[in-house]
Parts: sequence; C-alpha cells; structure tokens
Amino acid sequence: MNIHEYQGKALFRHYGVNVPQGIPAFTAEEAVHAANELGGDLWVVKSQIHAGGRGKAGGVKLARTVAEVREIAAQMLGMTLITPQTGPEGQVVRRLYIESGAAIDRELYLSMIVDRVTSNIVIMASTEGGMDIEEVAHSTPEKIFYEAINPITGFQDFQGRKIAFKLGLSGKAVNKAVKFMHGLYRLFLEKDCSIVEINPLVITKSGDVIALDAKINFDDNALFRHPDIEALRDETEEDASEVEAKRHDLSYVKLDGNIGCMVNGAGLAMGTMDIIKHFGGAPANFLDVGGSADAARVAAALKIITSDPNVKGIFINIFGGIMKCDVLAEGVVSAARELGLSVPLVVRLEGTNVDLGKKILAESGINVLNAESMMDGAKKIIEAVG
Amino acid sequence: MSIFVDENTRLICQGITGSAGKFHSEQMIEYGTNLVAGVTPGKGGLMVLDRPVFNTMAEAVAETGANATVIYVPPPFAADAILEAIDAGIALIVAITEGIPVQDMIPVKRALQDSGSRLVGPNCPGVISPGKCKIGIMPGHIHKQGSVGVVSRSGTLTYEAVGQLSALGIGQSTCVGIGGDPINGTNFIDVLAAFQNDDQTESVIMIGEIGGSAEEDAAAWAKINFTKPLVGFIAGRTAPPGKRMGHAGAIISGGKGAASDKIAAMEAAGIFVAPSPGDLGSTLKRAAGL
Repeated sequence: MNIHEYQGKALFRHYGVNVPQGIPAFTAEEAVHAANELGGDLWVVKSQIHAGGRGKAGGVKLARTVAEVREIAAQMLGMTLITPQTGPEGQVVRRLYIESGAAIDRELYLSMIVDRVTSNIVIMASTEGGMDIEEVAHSTPEKIFYEAINPITGFQDFQGRKIAFKLGLSGKAVNKAVKFMHGLYRLFLEKDCSIVEINPLVITKSGDVIALDAKINFDDNALFRHPDIEALRDETEEDASEVEAKRHDLSYVKLDGNIGCMVNGAGLAMGTMDIIKHFGGAPANFLDVGGSADAARVAAALKIITSDPNVKGIFINIFGGIMKCDVLAEGVVSAARELGLSVPLVVRLEGTNVDLGKKILAESGINVLNAESMMDGAKKIIEAVG
Repeated sequence: MSIFVDENTRLICQGITGSAGKFHSEQMIEYGTNLVAGVTPGKGGLMVLDRPVFNTMAEAVAETGANATVIYVPPPFAADAILEAIDAGIALIVAITEGIPVQDMIPVKRALQDSGSRLVGPNCPGVISPGKCKIGIMPGHIHKQGSVGVVSRSGTLTYEAVGQLSALGIGQSTCVGIGGDPINGTNFIDVLAAFQNDDQTESVIMIGEIGGSAEEDAAAWAKINFTKPLVGFIAGRTAPPGKRMGHAGAIISGGKGAASDKIAAMEAAGIFVAPSPGDLGSTLKRAAGL
C-alpha cells in the first residue's frame, strides 16, 4: 500500500527523521491558510498523488508570495498529472502539500528496501540526488552505494557513517545523517515497510539533513497489525474496480482488451493473459480469484469483470487445488443468472470435483462453452468475441 | 528415487485442527501420505483423523519420529510455526500459508541457514512425488509417476504443467512448488541441483514468473551444472508495467525481472522455452525425446 508524501513526512517526523515544515491542503483557501501559518517568504506547492515524477509534470511549484500560493493551488487542484509512473491515464490531483522552502546545499538519494536476493533490509544511497536515479543506476552503477543490515544486529552507527562519508558529508552532518538513518530504520521495521525512498535527501546550507520527499510503500500482508497505516489509505488513488475487488479478496487489474478473465492463482492468471495474446486476442483484465474462493467471491468477480463495458466475452480458467470446481460452478451459475449475462462465456475446469462442476454448468441452462484445455479455451473465446 | 519426499516421509501437520489443515490432511492421507501427527498449541491430547495432536513440535517429533511437517497456520502466526519446526530439528518444512509479512521471513531465513532444515514455500502448493507421498494442496489425481521433475513459482501453473504431462502419458518424479513470495526457503537452483542428482528424474520443467531475478540466476547456474533436458516458461509476458512509486525496486533488481530478460537468460542457457503455457507438455515431450 502506498501513502501520500505528506502522510509519509508525518511518519518521518514521528520517528525523528527531519523534514521541512509543511501542512496539507485540500482547497486553494486551505493552501493560503497553510502558507500564512508556515510564514517565511518561500513556499513549495506540491501535488499529492501516489506516483513519482511529479516535478517534471508540473506537479511541484515554487511560490514567493501568498497570492502565488493561491494561484498555483487553484490551478493544480483537479489537474491530471501524467508522469512515467502514473500510467498513460494519469492521476487527478485532489490534495496538496504546502511546504516551507529549504536553503539547499546538496541533493542526495537515500532509500531502504527488502532485498529478496539477500533476504535483508538494504540501504541504497547516491550522491546523484534529484536526478533520474534509475538512469544513474544503469549508466554509472558505481555511484550507488549499498549497505545490507544484518537482522541480528540491526542498523549500526558504523553503517550510517560508511554511507555518510561515501556521500561526502563532513562535520556535524555525519552524525545528523546517522541519526536520520536510525529513525528511518526504526520506521521501516515497526511499520512493516517494503520500500522507503527519499529523493532528494537534502543537506541544507546550515548543515542539516532533511528529507525533501517521502515515498513509502507498506507490505500489504502486514497491514493487519497496523490499523493506523491502513487508515491512511486513499482509495481515490486506486482504480475503483480494483478497490471493489480488494473488498472481496480478489486481485484485479484492469487492462484495455475485450476478453474478461477469471483465473485461480496469479501465475495461471498471467499465463491465461499470455495465451490469449499468443493466439491474437486481448485480455480485458488480470483477475485472480485466489485459492480458497467461495461462490460469493466468484459471483463478485464476475460482476467486476462485466462492469467493464469493453468486455465482449469471458474466459474462466480454473485449475482447482484448494478450490473445488463444484463450488466455482455454483458461483458462476448464480451470478450469470443474476446479471443476465449476455456475452459469451467459455469455462475450463480442471482439478478437484471437476465432474460435479461440469454437471452443474451443463444443467444450469446458461449459455456456456466448455473448454477441454487452457489452449482450447483461449482459442474458443477469441473466436467467440470475433 | 524422487527428491525431498518419498515412501519414508513421516509427516506432521501444523494447524491440523483448522479447516484447511484438516481438509488437506484428509486428502493427503487418502493419497497415501504417512501423516503421523498434528500440532496445534492448546489442543494437545485430541485425536484428529485418528492421529494424535500435540501442543508443541518438539513433543510431536519426539513421540512420532517425524521427518517432515506441513504448515497451514494463518499468516500472523506462520513464521513462528516455521521457527518452531526448525527448532524441533525436522528435515523438511513445507509452508502452504499465503500472506506472511515479508519482514517476518527475514529472521526465518537466518534461522534456516544455521539449521539442517529445508523450507519449501511459503505461499506454495507443496511437494509431491507421485505414487509415494503428497505434501500440500495440489489435486493428487492429476499426477502420474514417471521421470519428469517439475519446479515452479506458481501454484496453479504447476497443476497446468502436470495436467498436460499426464494427458500425454508422461509421468513425474517430483513436483516442487517453491512459492511466489519475495523471501522463500528453497529456490530454483536448490531444486535443479536435487533433480540433477536424482536417478528417477530424466528431464525437468521449470516455471517462473516476472519479478525478481531467481530465474536468471537459475538459468546461469543450469548452463554450467545441469545436464538433463530442461524446459522453461515465464508467466507474465503480457503483464503491463504497473503503476509504481519511486525507483528503489528497479535499482535493487539491477534492471532484471521483466519476462523478456528471463526468457533471454533461459535461451542463452540452452533451455527450451515453451511458446505459451498451453505448450508446456508438448515442449517437454520434444525436448526430452519422449
């Protein structure tokens, strides 16, 4: 789960990780109020969306007067930002963050991530802050430093110093950076983060170490023990049908094709999209009903798939493991009746209680094409949608 | 011979009193697996499916001489269950549980390194040596004893591969689902190395997914160390690049992880890549000359 920058910075503050003064705003009026409260003569108006690359897309602007804050805020709220990380449809700006301007001396990069290869939490840092850091990693990999944290010892001062010196810090900034990283590590552990990224990490002219940005991603599997983090969820940042799917424990991603897919298991679901494309069709979605889906969940899945007006046919590809084919068949039948399903439906069932499942479908009276295999099903649905 | 599990496997089920644990224990017994006991804290002394239930793994292992355990414990308690199994000194731990917080697995991985235990999973369908022993949630009846090893990150795609093989009359030596979580116990290379040394296994299907670099690493390893015919498939070729936040994920993976990178690595290693997930069985048949 992602959160907004202003929410991330509030967490940073709580863990002793330095950030500039800032106040979130939902209207231009609130933005003006925030600027007055912050005082000073330089503000940054920052659009709050769950994606990076905001600056280049016009989502971060400097203001030198309160009038300018109002003007920029009014213009930014409601605009659609398209960045390399939003996807082509972009993301509508609904919240702003008004921040005091900082006297920047140097811009650096710092992130923390769970590394699947070494099974450790790793700190990554670079002197090339504020840049396209993926490009830096690609063309000048020596400019990125890695420090793996041993889970038995936890993050140690010496590791912080190693990074600080490699970043070219000196004097008081070194210990400030170490303290900063300690706070970040504590946040990472206590809130079950999977990624924390700060770009840029700033050294101010007065030698302070400050996070000018905050991107935090939390492990969805750990949200059950963090109701405070769950409360930060902004569903307007997520696709409405994806949110609805999550409510039913379904994993759904909308795509732009016309063949709706319902599959059990993420691998088989991706494989089903692959085979549809392989034979010249276009999947309308990724949908994993999970291993233990019941009739209600299957019905919910069918409703979500058919809510997409582009869907001209549906391919249900189920290889039952935990999931019983008869349970699935009952869910399909009841949902198809309730929805008055009009598009062609191809069903491939395999696994536990398969014969019973096929019998339920055959005797239901709904218009179902039976597929003998995944390949057969893919070919049949492509033919059916024309 | 098969790998990891066979007729001599004596299995404990952790979480046997839960609905999933009980259902699948019944299925495993029906398949012929020698399930000797269950463990649920606080339920010691009960009998489930005619098997004794113990409060702790240490007790269950001491009383039954079990050498394997399967875990159906809910995610918040699953890492603790794995650590308890390691502590009991059991040789094979198969964790079915889906949704374990990734940071819970970091200390588990450390504990495994200092132990003699092998963990398969979590978030996996389990391990089966057809005709001998089934540990997990896979439908037993689709399998057929034979010479093909199967290793996969995806549960249901493993069933798909097995179904296609069996339909072609080709049996399997052992099928291992290593699970899709970022931190897991047994990886592709561990399984390929075991298949390389297994007499019964004459060829192998390896099924990967987009994300991470386990498939690239396995392909590089196989190029040098694996001599049997090897068929590969990567799910997610057509998956769109998702909305994401920040760059740290892309940097740590070093630009690896896309389906095209994995397929290129497999082809460079001489692995026969199946053109679609509908061609897993037929590609193996051709590659192995069956």
